[in-house]
Amino acid sequence: MPPLLEVRNLMTYFFTRAALVKAVRGLEFSVDTGETLALVGESGCGKSMTALSLLRLVPEPGRIVEGEILFEGQDLRRLPPEEMRRIRGNQIAMIFQEPMTSLNPVFRIGEQIGEVLRLHKGLDRGEALGAAIDLLDQVGIPSARQRIHEYPHQLSGGMRQRVVIAMALACDPKLLIADEPTTALDVTIQAQIMALLDTLKRDRGMGTLLITHDLGVVAESADKVAIMNSGLIMEYAPVGVVFDRPRHPYTQGLLACIPRLGHKKARLESIASRVPVGVDLPPGSTFLDRCPEPFAPQRGKLPPLREIEPGHFVRCWSC
Amino acid sequence: MEPLLEVRNLRKSFSVSSGPLGSKRHSLKAVDGVSFSLAPGETLGLVGESGSGKSTAGKLILRLLDADEGQVLFQGEDILKRSRKEMRPLRRQMQMIFQDPYSSLNPRMRIGEILGEPLKLHGLAKGNAVSDEVMRLLATVGLAEEHYYRYPHEFSGGQRQRIGIARALAVRPSLIVADEPVSALDLSIQAQVINLLQDVQKEFGLTYLFIAHDLSVIEHISDRVAVMYLGRIVELASAEALYKNPRHPYTEALLNAVPIPDPALRGERYLMQGEIPSALNPPSGCPFHPRCPYAQALCSTTPPPLADQGHGHLASCHFSGDVGRHRRPVPGP
Repeated sequence: MPPLLEVRNLMTYFFTRAALVKAVRGLEFSVDTGETLALVGESGCGKSMTALSLLRLVPEPGRIVEGEILFEGQDLRRLPPEEMRRIRGNQIAMIFQEPMTSLNPVFRIGEQIGEVLRLHKGLDRGEALGAAIDLLDQVGIPSARQRIHEYPHQLSGGMRQRVVIAMALACDPKLLIADEPTTALDVTIQAQIMALLDTLKRDRGMGTLLITHDLGVVAESADKVAIMNSGLIMEYAPVGVVFDRPRHPYTQGLLACIPRLGHKKARLESIASRVPVGVDLPPGSTFLDRCPEPFAPQRGKLPPLREIEPGHFVRCWSC
Repeated sequence: MEPLLEVRNLRKSFSVSSGPLGSKRHSLKAVDGVSFSLAPGETLGLVGESGSGKSTAGKLILRLLDADEGQVLFQGEDILKRSRKEMRPLRRQMQMIFQDPYSSLNPRMRIGEILGEPLKLHGLAKGNAVSDEVMRLLATVGLAEEHYYRYPHEFSGGQRQRIGIARALAVRPSLIVADEPVSALDLSIQAQVINLLQDVQKEFGLTYLFIAHDLSVIEHISDRVAVMYLGRIVELASAEALYKNPRHPYTEALLNAVPIPDPALRGERYLMQGEIPSALNPPSGCPFHPRCPYAQALCSTTPPPLADQGHGHLASCHFSGDVGRHRRPVPGP
């Protein structure tokens, strides 16, 4: 059986007036049913553009220039816009960092969730409202029957994100793309939302693509991890392997530079600062100029993503 | 040693309107009786969730907002009694670093001017000495001389925060209030800026009030930590004691909620239910009791005082001896 989602050699470029910006430069990864893949990286590494590419929502002047996006074996890039629309929000749902941007401020939340059900499932108004109450219950919103009559601004940030999750789940998606779903939330609310996503994933066997910069969140909820830098995957492995024996110097740097509760040290490690943006990339690996490993012969050539042990891939000449 | 800063019973309410056409007025107690002291060279971390009043407390101490009640003793003198004009010479000694380094830098000014202005305003340098001093500041925070003629938009987030730090350092302050100085930055940049803050603290003997929501960052940088909930300090202790042995259930819940970057420690944990209540209508008794797993009848009627639980570890909980039962397994060194 093919994986739920398989991405092959995905490239998304932006054709701006000033320059060609290579946001995504050739990605390979897969997500299975019931599995969470975390896409991790710092701002500008291309992780959000990857998510938008999967749904074919790349904004102008960006374009997917190459690659295959196989969802249940079917290449989404080849689908006509009509069919793509049926998949979006239905079989593949997405939640964003800031819930307020995905909610319409002038509609009651019951109507907004109901709209998804009416469009994708053909329910009538009354049925849709009933189903909306069920969904709000499932995502842990207390007194859902009253809450459906409220407007987004009447809810707290955590409650809004629960509403957005309820909307995303309305059509039983097979794949959920969550782009920094808890970054705007307080830590206790973050824990609640991550626990909720975990339960939903287990109960529904949903595949999840979790986009985040928070290595704590990754450690607690991912099955597999892809570490991204400058539009490329640097390291790709099961979560235990990435945290236990990271091989790529960038992964090692990220893990070393975070402060950890209960491990107070005098000084944090730091990796060289610059995350290069896609413009004027050097011909080789963009990590080259700050890579501490010596690998002179290959300097200037992009290393391939090599499998160094089963399931553990690293983009590095010397690892 | 005499404290550099002592805050006593600081209070601030805001008037909020609601109802049709804002007909109802309510008073929101943003800071509700906060007291602590800061020794010279010390870092006190102020941690809490959004709406806990931590940023308001920082602003009251610098008199960017006027307090309703209380005292802010800076080098022994109550600065809340000073007039606006009398505050000016003091502002040199108390500086602030903001969360968003971009919105706190004038986009039309070159970096050289941004850093030179406070020097001129406070009469610390004149003529050529200004640019010499600015160059020295740039070097201190790890920027290059060529950055002198650049505009803020030409810098990355981390570099902008370095400029924010340089501007605070320009007037050679003794106290710096840093409000979420690294929370907008990427991981690798965050580490560099934290290191820089620690370096300049050592070099210039600075005292920090470090306001943040990230417990890992707070624990790393602070000597002591104060935890705020609904406008009050609920626990205050050394960073180590607070982490190892929290005495307030809210602190315990916060520590439990921090995701640990180690998949081996994954597992069930006690999760605090509910959300921080509205400060417009705070719960009776102990403000934490509706969410507290240790709460008993007493808690809903009588607010617990912030009391010493031994070795200067302050916590405001009637049953602080019970706290710890819901702690998730903690990673040891």
